[in-house]
Amino acid sequence: MKPDQSALALRGLTKRFDRLAVDALDLTVRTGEFYALLGPNGAGKTTTLRMVAGLLRPDAGSVSVLGIDALADPVAAKQVTAWVSDEPMIYDKLTPLEYLAFVAGLWGISPELSERSARDLLVSLGLEPHLHERCEGFSKGMRQKVALAGALVHDPRLIILDEPLTGLDAVSARHVKGLLGDRVRSGCTVIMTTHILEVAERMADRIGVIASGRLIAEGTLSELRQRNGRTDTSLEDMFIALVDTEAAAA
Amino acid sequence: MSSSADLTWFARHEIRLAWREGLAMLTAGRKGRKRTAIIGLIVLAAVLHLPAYAVIGRFADLQEPLDKSTLIVITATILLAWALMLSQAIESVTRVFYARADLDLIMSSPVALAKVFSVRIAAIALQVTAMALLLSTPFVDVLVFGGGWRWLAAFGVVFAIGLTAAAVAIAVTVVLFRLIGPGRTRLVAQILAAVIGAGFVIALQVAAIVSYGTMSRFAVLTSDAAAVFAPALDSVVWWPARAALGDGEALLGLLAGGLVLLGAVMAIFSPRFADTVVSASAKPATARQGSRATAFRAGSRQQALRWKEFMLLKRDPWLLSQSLMQLLYLVPPALLLWKSFADSDAALVLITPVIVMAAGQLAGGLAWLTISGEDAPDLVATAPLPASRVTRAKIEVVLIAIAVIFAPLLLALAWAAPLQAAVTASGIIVAAVSATAIQLWFRVQARRSQFRRRQTSSRFATFAEAFSSIGWAATAVLAMAMPIAGLISGLLTAAIVAVTWKISPRRV
Repeated sequence: MKPDQSALALRGLTKRFDRLAVDALDLTVRTGEFYALLGPNGAGKTTTLRMVAGLLRPDAGSVSVLGIDALADPVAAKQVTAWVSDEPMIYDKLTPLEYLAFVAGLWGISPELSERSARDLLVSLGLEPHLHERCEGFSKGMRQKVALAGALVHDPRLIILDEPLTGLDAVSARHVKGLLGDRVRSGCTVIMTTHILEVAERMADRIGVIASGRLIAEGTLSELRQRNGRTDTSLEDMFIALVDTEAAAA
Repeated sequence: MSSSADLTWFARHEIRLAWREGLAMLTAGRKGRKRTAIIGLIVLAAVLHLPAYAVIGRFADLQEPLDKSTLIVITATILLAWALMLSQAIESVTRVFYARADLDLIMSSPVALAKVFSVRIAAIALQVTAMALLLSTPFVDVLVFGGGWRWLAAFGVVFAIGLTAAAVAIAVTVVLFRLIGPGRTRLVAQILAAVIGAGFVIALQVAAIVSYGTMSRFAVLTSDAAAVFAPALDSVVWWPARAALGDGEALLGLLAGGLVLLGAVMAIFSPRFADTVVSASAKPATARQGSRATAFRAGSRQQALRWKEFMLLKRDPWLLSQSLMQLLYLVPPALLLWKSFADSDAALVLITPVIVMAAGQLAGGLAWLTISGEDAPDLVATAPLPASRVTRAKIEVVLIAIAVIFAPLLLALAWAAPLQAAVTASGIIVAAVSATAIQLWFRVQARRSQFRRRQTSSRFATFAEAFSSIGWAATAVLAMAMPIAGLISGLLTAAIVAVTWKISPRRV
């Protein structure tokens, strides 16, 4: 991999269901960046990320993950990518440790590496008392933490999270944010969708705003503010103004 | 809103929910199928009059006074219907406790919970009774056409026993909650429902076969021994039978008994229903331990997938019981075959189709669980291995499970008849592979907990799977007795599988 290579490059990415969900989207996320993808409901955020994760086949366009053509070589792209959806889907009859061991097995991680990492991850997310309990009695927040730990256990280079903080209490949310911050500092790239704009404001290196399947604004918080013409505007105000303008134009 | 208006409104809400749930089961939740489903139901009801006539037509002329044997047969038939209703009612009650998403809303509302749950109990009773009335209609119609209007009283009997079945189901489930807790009640109630539904028929058939060498349930019921042990002719035990024949007094007694029992259950259990529901939702499952994480760490990525499937199967006794329940229905025919031909060389040969059929059915169920019933589809889809290898690992799980279950039987058979064991083994492999392939071609992403409703996703696949298993079973037995006929049967079954592939949405 080249040192200046982008972690994710989307070119002309298009997906149509009953209507156009993603409209010839161009998007670049740099390596080692925390990128927040924002947008109103139905804007095409999840569809875009599901195409990046290999869960949906685009109708047109290209997806490059760390220099790998994800459409031509999906297995190689998946090897370095992790995906966490807003609806944590884990196995009720497995314990968190077993779930992580299964994920490590799927990614072909050696047992010596994965075992300690799994335990550390679960402990850091506050799941130590539940390591050997089956997930069937877990709350949504606990399930979300197990799913997140599963995404991190194979040490991915690109982490894609769709609303990862939904259902988490304040302490758990802080654990998750700390964990993601550590990953970014160690060179990992994180792309996250969220409706909690304070999180994007505080954590993201760059923010992209998507509406009707197209990128309508992108930049650092200060770049977005400059574009908006006011340096004291909150992200929430900017976001609402952008989305309203887009809706009016449509 | 007044108290009675509250209840009327809630009753309407319950009936609407029940109607839509029923419709969703018929249409597999797909829009635009409502009309087709209703037309299909009407056609099915019309067609059901033919088997109903064949089974019950000759009894239309029955008149009082009846002898003990006839009373026993009618009473046992009513008891069978009651057992099936009880089974359905237990399922409905369990669903209300665990699966209804509206409990939080209801319990946080300012309505009187005891009254609301009384309505819900009544709705369960009505739902069970309505289904029973629907299913019994062709039979009662045949009796009315052949024997006159007096047989309309049979509808009253169905209604009365529906009420009692619902009342008993609610009492049993609430008592189970108190005795063994919410975690275990779900499993025990679901297994109980399945066993009650199947158990009565199977027990009667086994008793008939052992005693008289026939699968007819009537053989035991009409025997002299049964008549000796039966109560006197004026006993209340015969009220349901007499009521069905048009005895107004017996019918009124039965209806009054059903209503009183349901009323008593509503009065006793409605106030506790709320507590029970709270317990169920507060403790959805017991925190059970597990420590087999090491199992995933050895071997390839497919090995991890295989271990996961085996572990999930092993840890879900409900799913296992549901899968193995299909094998229970094969006990009576196996026993009959064995009994009928015990003294001839044919005895052993006739075990082959039973085993092959069982293997096909079991493989179909297991294949649905591993292929369609994936609870973490995103995780598996984003794993760095080709989809074909994921599918192959899941198919291997089904075939390994079938091999483990049937290997002891085959070994025993090989000891007695090696050639037959080889034919049976071939039949098992072909039947299991066919059933697995059909599930693969018709796979639809679903939760494992939807196992009982898997047939609704594709009725074509369900019938194709059944016909394939039956066809391979016939082929196996014919191959040993009449090879040419076996060849024809094999070609026909292969054609069924080929047509299924041709029609399937996902040809692979």
